[in-house]
Amino acid sequence: MKVKLCGAGGGRLGTLAGLGRSGAAALALPGCLLYTRTGSAPHLTRDTLQAVGGVPAVAQLSLSALAELHEVLEEYKEGAAKFIGMPDAVLYCSLHDPVTPCPSGYNTNKTVSLWGNSGRMEMTASKFMDIQRAIQPDWFQCISDGDTVSGEGGRKRAKKSVDRSLSFLDVCLQLLEKSPDLQGSVMFGAIEGGDILEERLRSARETAKRPVGGFLLDGFQGCAMAKETKLKLIASVTAELPEDKPRIIHGVGKPDEVLECIERGVDIFESFFPFQVTERGCALVFSYDCHPDPEAAVLKQNGAQDLEKNGAEEDQDEISKADPEMTPFEIFLKDKRYQDDFGPLLEGCTCYCCQRHTRAYVHHLLVTNELLAGVLLMMHNFQHYFSFFSAIRDALRDNKLDQLKKLVFRQVLQGPANVKPDQ
Amino acid sequence: RSVRWLDRCIAANRRPEQQKLFAIIQGGLDPALRTKCLEEMTRRDVPGFAIGGLSGGEEKDRFWRMVKLSTDRLPWDKPRYLMGVGYATDLVVCVALGCDMFDCVFPTRTARFGSALVPWGSLQLKNKQFAKDFRPIDENCDCPTCQRHNRAYLHALIRSETAALHHLTIHNIAYQLNLMGSIRESILAQRFPEFVREFMSTMYGARERVPPWVVEALATVGITLD
Repeated sequence: MKVKLCGAGGGRLGTLAGLGRSGAAALALPGCLLYTRTGSAPHLTRDTLQAVGGVPAVAQLSLSALAELHEVLEEYKEGAAKFIGMPDAVLYCSLHDPVTPCPSGYNTNKTVSLWGNSGRMEMTASKFMDIQRAIQPDWFQCISDGDTVSGEGGRKRAKKSVDRSLSFLDVCLQLLEKSPDLQGSVMFGAIEGGDILEERLRSARETAKRPVGGFLLDGFQGCAMAKETKLKLIASVTAELPEDKPRIIHGVGKPDEVLECIERGVDIFESFFPFQVTERGCALVFSYDCHPDPEAAVLKQNGAQDLEKNGAEEDQDEISKADPEMTPFEIFLKDKRYQDDFGPLLEGCTCYCCQRHTRAYVHHLLVTNELLAGVLLMMHNFQHYFSFFSAIRDALRDNKLDQLKKLVFRQVLQGPANVKPDQ
Repeated sequence: RSVRWLDRCIAANRRPEQQKLFAIIQGGLDPALRTKCLEEMTRRDVPGFAIGGLSGGEEKDRFWRMVKLSTDRLPWDKPRYLMGVGYATDLVVCVALGCDMFDCVFPTRTARFGSALVPWGSLQLKNKQFAKDFRPIDENCDCPTCQRHNRAYLHALIRSETAALHHLTIHNIAYQLNLMGSIRESILAQRFPEFVREFMSTMYGARERVPPWVVEALATVGITLD
């Protein structure tokens, strides 16, 4: 596995090459992983996943889902990639699922707790490595104590997270050496430390001394940490890390936050965000096109005026039905206003759903509780998100990251419909 | 009522060349009423006939007799669409009795409940026995699910992921299509009765386990299972 950077300004643009069993797979940087649940892209079979454009070469699965299958995988003997029906995929095994928050207070000096379908599982470093041997991932997160997200622990708890994680790391490195099954697997060291700068720096420096294949910025999930603190810590951490090893961050998915992290040295993100959007019956419609075609721009503006009008008329009931977690980057298709909207989810989108179906149809599927709603929305939301990362790489290449940032940040304030293209 | 509505619909159908209106034979499980309905409806000029009122879980012994009564009195040269059928055995028997077309929610609905259809019955994939079963649902099935996934994986996925339901739905639809395809092939090869015997043997094993109504119904069209 090799990081090849091409020295663009404003971020680390490049490729992570030599991936997978064949060594032929590559991940463009900055980029994201394919989010899976128990090894399956949510709502999608392989055929429907293939109809999504831009699917990343590396898929993420979580240990919390796979740990319950330990015995099954041991008997299967051929590794998780084959078991889940994706023998050619490059797999990254993270500790937790980014969507399901972990209850706090269960980790100890020797154990970390995971939550799967059948409840809590307590994991020692040794048991952790046993399971990884059965999974045979291409990359995996070293077992670590990231239970600082609630922000309640203070300095002491932050120090513990660093001490424990380093201890786990050293044990796992030793076990890794003795595991022939895992010789082809790359272990990522987790950088912990809560919201305490000294602890974060200590974690980064100490982890960087070990022979890990890459780094994971952990403990930045959730919203307990103040935004400025989070960004400052991320920048400080990556400054301590070697240039030639990839940096993954967990728990960051919103477009504006992704851009902020990329500016601060992060390479790889998860793609749980489009899944969350899908689950709340929404479609991503934010723009990342810095140079829209002038004709299309006029159409968009006219469309924006319609939406503004609708916004004025809607009654409180409609708004309150939408998920409070909903972001300005999406539209809530279950809303009555889409009942007779016969346009695609997003004008100009080339995804499977937008090429064949209308907002009215997806609205209908949501209202009647059809499984197809999830399938179509997931296809659109994944493709839109993967395209966004592609646009980021283009912007880095053309030195236009600032423009892209401005465009995305305008939408944080105003929503996508109300943005006039060439401000 | 159904006859009246049929006449009104025929009159109201403005595009008979693009939209083919089928009459639906009713009459419940009453031979006299069904016969009356057949007499009346076959007098109307429709492109095809549906056989209705027989998909509500009626007792099989009465069900098959009504199907046969209907097919005996419907024209040879027009399609017979038996509505709401159904289970694999019912499809095979009703083809033998003279039906051409069928529709049913069963294969997809049962998929959504975790049940995979196979030539010898069905697999309840939620069941613990499949946790370490690394075979596909059906080794002889060429559907995308069976080409790519094993029972153990589907078992692992089924409680939490809708994708599992989609995999099973695809398999069950493939099962139905393959079944009907095999039926057609055997008819063309002039060996339909042989096909029926093989089907029943795979599905039920011993001859004694084949439900009596199946044996009786097949006998009326000259198919024996021995």
